[in-house]
Amino acid sequence: MIADLDQRRAVGPEIHGAAPTGDLAELWENHQLDLKLVNPPNRRKFKVIVVGTGLAGAGAAATLSELGYQVEAFTFHDAPRRAHSVAAQGGINAAKGYKADGDSVERFFRDTVKGGDFRAREADAYRLSELSVRVIDHMTAQGVPFAREYGGGIATRSFGGVQVSRTFYARGQTGQQLQIAGSQQLLKEVGAGRLTLHTRTEMLDLIVSEGRAVGIVVRDLVTGEIRPVTAHAVVLATGGYGNAYFKSTLAKSSNVSATWRAHKRGALFANPCYVQFHPTSLPLNSEWQSKVTLMSESLRNDGRVWVPKEPGDTRPPNEIPEEERDYYLERLYPSFGNLAPRDISSRAAKAQLDAGKGVGPLRNGVYLDFSDAIARLGRKTIEDRYSNLFELYIDATGEDPWTEPMRIAPGPHFVMGGLWTDYDGMSSIPGLFVGGEASFNYHGANRLGANSLLSASVDGWFVLPWTVPNYLAPQLGTDPLPEDHPDVQATVRDVREQIDALLSVGGTRGPDYFHKELGDLLWDHVGVERNGHSLAKGADAIRDLREEFWRDVRVVGHGQQLNQELERAGRVADFLEMGELMALDALDREESAGAHFRTEYQTEEGEAQRDDEHWASTSAWAPAGPDGRPVRRSEPLTFERIALATRSYK
Amino acid sequence: MRLQLDVWRQQDASDAGRFERYQVDQAGPEMSVLELLDLLNAQLVDEGREPVAFDHDCREGICGSCGVMVEGRPHGPVDYTPSCLQRLRSFSEGDTVRIEPFRSEAFPVLRDLVVDRSGLDRIVASGGYVSTPTNAAPEAVTMPVNRDEADQAMDFAACIGCGACVAACPNAAAQLFTGAKVAHLASLPQGQVERAERVRNMVDTMEADFGSCTNLGECEPACPADIPLRVIAEMNTEYRKALWRHRRTEEPDRRGIRWLSRLRTGPWWQSDPDERPPGGG
Repeated sequence: MIADLDQRRAVGPEIHGAAPTGDLAELWENHQLDLKLVNPPNRRKFKVIVVGTGLAGAGAAATLSELGYQVEAFTFHDAPRRAHSVAAQGGINAAKGYKADGDSVERFFRDTVKGGDFRAREADAYRLSELSVRVIDHMTAQGVPFAREYGGGIATRSFGGVQVSRTFYARGQTGQQLQIAGSQQLLKEVGAGRLTLHTRTEMLDLIVSEGRAVGIVVRDLVTGEIRPVTAHAVVLATGGYGNAYFKSTLAKSSNVSATWRAHKRGALFANPCYVQFHPTSLPLNSEWQSKVTLMSESLRNDGRVWVPKEPGDTRPPNEIPEEERDYYLERLYPSFGNLAPRDISSRAAKAQLDAGKGVGPLRNGVYLDFSDAIARLGRKTIEDRYSNLFELYIDATGEDPWTEPMRIAPGPHFVMGGLWTDYDGMSSIPGLFVGGEASFNYHGANRLGANSLLSASVDGWFVLPWTVPNYLAPQLGTDPLPEDHPDVQATVRDVREQIDALLSVGGTRGPDYFHKELGDLLWDHVGVERNGHSLAKGADAIRDLREEFWRDVRVVGHGQQLNQELERAGRVADFLEMGELMALDALDREESAGAHFRTEYQTEEGEAQRDDEHWASTSAWAPAGPDGRPVRRSEPLTFERIALATRSYK
Repeated sequence: MRLQLDVWRQQDASDAGRFERYQVDQAGPEMSVLELLDLLNAQLVDEGREPVAFDHDCREGICGSCGVMVEGRPHGPVDYTPSCLQRLRSFSEGDTVRIEPFRSEAFPVLRDLVVDRSGLDRIVASGGYVSTPTNAAPEAVTMPVNRDEADQAMDFAACIGCGACVAACPNAAAQLFTGAKVAHLASLPQGQVERAERVRNMVDTMEADFGSCTNLGECEPACPADIPLRVIAEMNTEYRKALWRHRRTEEPDRRGIRWLSRLRTGPWWQSDPDERPPGGG
């Protein structure tokens, strides 16, 4: 144990996720009968705030509005369709079993729990699998042009980490098509005058009164106006915090501020150290590159990953003969080969890079080779499957994957951690619901490919519209807090003070400088592999950087206008706090699990070594107390349906 | 490489705005237009000057946030390509590059290169969807779709909503955007029920906010999602058919059975009179 761990954090009482007990297969159905209902004419007496218009937010907002609740939806984008769900390429999983390959709800559930390295709640994972079926029906009915078979049925493909074909897709633009369908449903409600949509409006704080979430404080990004919005319940669907690494596969504006500020108001933050590194992003070519470009993992269906056997081999790939190539995924994991789960693939790639076998101008990638697949299936078939991804690659690198292998490298991609929620998707603050990547509950320590679009869709369309009314029902007859309520005014004041503070530092460096520095620290210390010593060092360095930020940041312009520097500064300030908690959580969790790989805890074969005796639990962090130490609480995880087992993809 | 940049600066909607000239010394051929703006902004912030505001997000060509005029062309010199993927390979040492916001009356400038494209969402909100309440969908494969038709629907559905088509159009028309959505939903069985109503409402809303199409075709090469020009023809055909259908269904007296509707008017069959559909009951 790291000697000073106790000085860094305190340990609090256990917490429980309130999942009902009984047969998993009947859990959700039975639970729905327990959820309280609101009579249709009473629904418009309730106001619900939904922050974020991605798959989870748009789904929840549109459905709650259809049901008759007053919904106010917020996005910092100029249009709901821009939310980052739009960028997911590969697909969405569902246990439809359209192929005779032995797939079922049960198998999908097992794959999700096993893929998550036994760090997810069984009940939630089962519900994800169960409702996946409804999501495909619903999205198809909305006109999502899923790929079809010749007979008119819906096509599926297999995706990293599984041996069945259950991933539905719309070319390489599955996220876009689901996201556009979702925002269309949202706009349908806007057009009907039932839902109020606020674009270019950013949530800057959560209003908590008497222990309940009762509203948010927002800033109009065009005019700079800061105002409170109160309601009966608040739903956060604001995405993940992977941009803490600065160079990630996320969109540039994706940020942690909404969930982090809710956390600072008391919402527990679960498993912040679980970050998935995508094995198939493009290696960075130079300093000015603004982000890591993601290539869909589906490429691994037909591409073979290799590096030269000899370190430092600088020959062009086509001049390296077959016998001097190491197809290391096929060699190390024969039954899954190139489709080994993301964390394993990322770590295996990192090991090759560390061994000096990296390829490309900066020696920071591995090859993904399509020549066998092109020879076997023909160029036409490969074009049908991946043409847009190939074009993206050609454009970004100027290299042609038809004639030479692509180069790929691990990049920060998806966070399994997020605000802690119970089985109903409600955070530790009553009235604050969380959905999609902003939440934590389905993926354990590692997310299966094509499960993120699914979890956001399930939360948005099929969970929150059932559970939010259960919270609202007993509040019938109450009004949202008036804007002049002291708790509302106090929160507005805090937001104004923070903005003034950012504007008045008057330092010498823009927020991006600090963001990049933070990204480098996280990549070095809280990256694909971690160890206790380095994590402690990383946490300290992040703290120092945060202090430097508040001494030396320069935010040009003022607050009463469209000021993107000010927006960035606020987000970076939050990332700097979040980053330290990520390091602390990784330091605290003395085991390896899924994407969290501590070098001290590995098997002889170099695989993640879980410690189920001490760590079969979710860590849920409460904000720092007066002594400055965040408090780690634990939710114990029990596995009744599926026996705890060591993952093996050999 | 060294580039001169003429960039549109405008404090807010009420400011008249003007071009300002900057110089960037370390532009590289693989950089995107947006990364060029990043570089310029880093320079400006270092000098304590206000950076250029511009919309951007995914930088992978899918979110549709970005969009600037580069040398008078929406997104930039390369056809069918969004700003975030326009590389500086198109320029050479010493070039002057003029960057300004999407120019269109339908897109008011909010600041610098940021414009208000909410008119596009108003078109969608007027009918660009399938009305499927959550939980009401039938099993997905009960509605087979021909593979080629699904592919075609996907071609139309690929629109990223950036608004380059409007910016490219001398008339500021949004036909390519609207046509893409109309054609997408009209080519799938799911879109049939509301087919006529959809195109009527979308076109009427479009006409209110945007200019009219005169078939110049400027929009097509500006479109990063390769939406084909023929969606406009498809939309016009759909619209004409819809008007015809509208006339057929609207004209007859649709009171229902007189004695029955008299008897059944009133709140007893529906607890909330406000929830009655417009014109119904």
